[in-house]
Amino acid sequence: MKGKKDNIVLIGGSAGSLLLITEILENLPARLDYALCIIIHRSSTFSSEIEKSLSIKLNRPVIAITDKTPIKNGIIYFAPPGYHILIDPPGTFALDSSEHVNYAKPSIDVLFESCAQIYGQYCTAFLLSGANADGARGLKAIEEFGGKTFIQNPSDALIETMPISGIQESRLSTILKNQDIIRYFSDNLQLS
Amino acid sequence: MVGLKKSEFISFSDLDEVVYLLKNISEFDLTGYSKSSLKRRIERFLSMEKMDLVDLKSAILNIDGFENYFIQELMVNVTEMFRDPQFFRQLKAKTFPYLQTYPQLRIWSAGCATGEEAYSLAILLKENNLLNRSFIYGTDVSLKALDFARKGVYPLAKIKSYTDNFNKAGLASEFSSHYTAMYDAAIINNEYRNKILFSTHNLVSDHVFNEFQLILCRNVMIYFDKELQEHVLQLFYESLALFGFLCLGSKESLYGHAIKDRFKVIDSNLNIYQKVK
Ligand SMILES: C[S@@+](CC[C@H](N)C(=O)[O-])C[C@H]1O[C@@H](n2cnc3c(N)ncnc32)[C@H](O)[C@@H]1O
Repeated sequence: MKGKKDNIVLIGGSAGSLLLITEILENLPARLDYALCIIIHRSSTFSSEIEKSLSIKLNRPVIAITDKTPIKNGIIYFAPPGYHILIDPPGTFALDSSEHVNYAKPSIDVLFESCAQIYGQYCTAFLLSGANADGARGLKAIEEFGGKTFIQNPSDALIETMPISGIQESRLSTILKNQDIIRYFSDNLQLS
Repeated sequence: MVGLKKSEFISFSDLDEVVYLLKNISEFDLTGYSKSSLKRRIERFLSMEKMDLVDLKSAILNIDGFENYFIQELMVNVTEMFRDPQFFRQLKAKTFPYLQTYPQLRIWSAGCATGEEAYSLAILLKENNLLNRSFIYGTDVSLKALDFARKGVYPLAKIKSYTDNFNKAGLASEFSSHYTAMYDAAIINNEYRNKILFSTHNLVSDHVFNEFQLILCRNVMIYFDKELQEHVLQLFYESLALFGFLCLGSKESLYGHAIKDRFKVIDSNLNIYQKVK
């Protein structure tokens, strides 16, 4: 189990989430006391373009996860298309090319469930806009293992299916408007 | 798979116990496998079989042959024809000019699953007039996957995405010229099946069995921890002829492994390496 120094924050999104994610990243403080991992559904042909252009735009490292990438505070990670992402103890990403889950690979549920079990209360997750139900079960697992969960207000989401199924599945999630999500990150709000 | 409740996840110490039991009663040693993936596969197995951990341990100990079935269900056999089309393009562009200089080519697809990778290679070799001098070994630990591979029969439903891959891989022929469609299946042409031998080989416990000019091991070592990767890379090193090529999956690399010094990087994006000393 992880200690206080190893916080991780996960952002899961699908269709309609990239704009908000970009805004979150543009408003991040220079120093992060946690690892930030972003998982979005995208096609393989889109490849590594997002990481590269964001890294230049934000002028900070944005890393596309590969086999056994170590998890470090202060770094922004993106899940690559075509693989599920899990977390191996004590703290490396592991890739898995097994069957799609919720028609998705990477599946947000797979990452969230794995992270919940390793990070417990030191795991915080956000579920954003999307057109399917991926991520809902993952939020529930994070809650059950003592982590914090947040969901984009469906009325702010470009596509509300994913936030709504998140709300239905998880009982304790805080629902936030877009500007509050951005402020959560920019003001480094209580991370454990 | 339906969502698991907290109580339905198994713990990492439960996992260790299952691995330990298996190791004691069979030739399967999963000690070096990535813990989180393996744990998730076991949870999936338990929910599919409607078993709990106690049932599982007792089955491992008491049911003859259970371990073979269990291991096969834990392995991830997901694969495609011409998976990562760019890889096949670069394989041709960057290794074939050199491979052409050999009178005979021995090729190893390690962790070949249901055979798509080996057949893709055979098709690529054929199109470059190299198939007649080549022989491909496809190996895996899953007997079930190997049986499937030997048949060379794939559901037509998958052929559309395989054709998309094929078309991106830069070959001159039509994909449909390499198989015969029958009812809802595509049967790979005989000339390819005759050039491939599918057999069991466990990368964890088996040894060098031939010398190769080309080894592909893609999306297999992602399931291994660093230490086991080290061991398997040593096996590949010893199995390669000098100036032979080693190809890893799109998210894997030799970076961070001591053995990297013995290889030249041929393509750092697509992870093609050449043994140079
Ligand atoms: C995801 S498939 C990769 C198939 C293909 N190479 C590809 O990239 O599409 C991984 C394969 O590795 C095999 N495998 C796992 N452990 C192995 C071992 N110890 N020795 C040999 N094969 C193994 C599994 O049975 C599975 O078929």
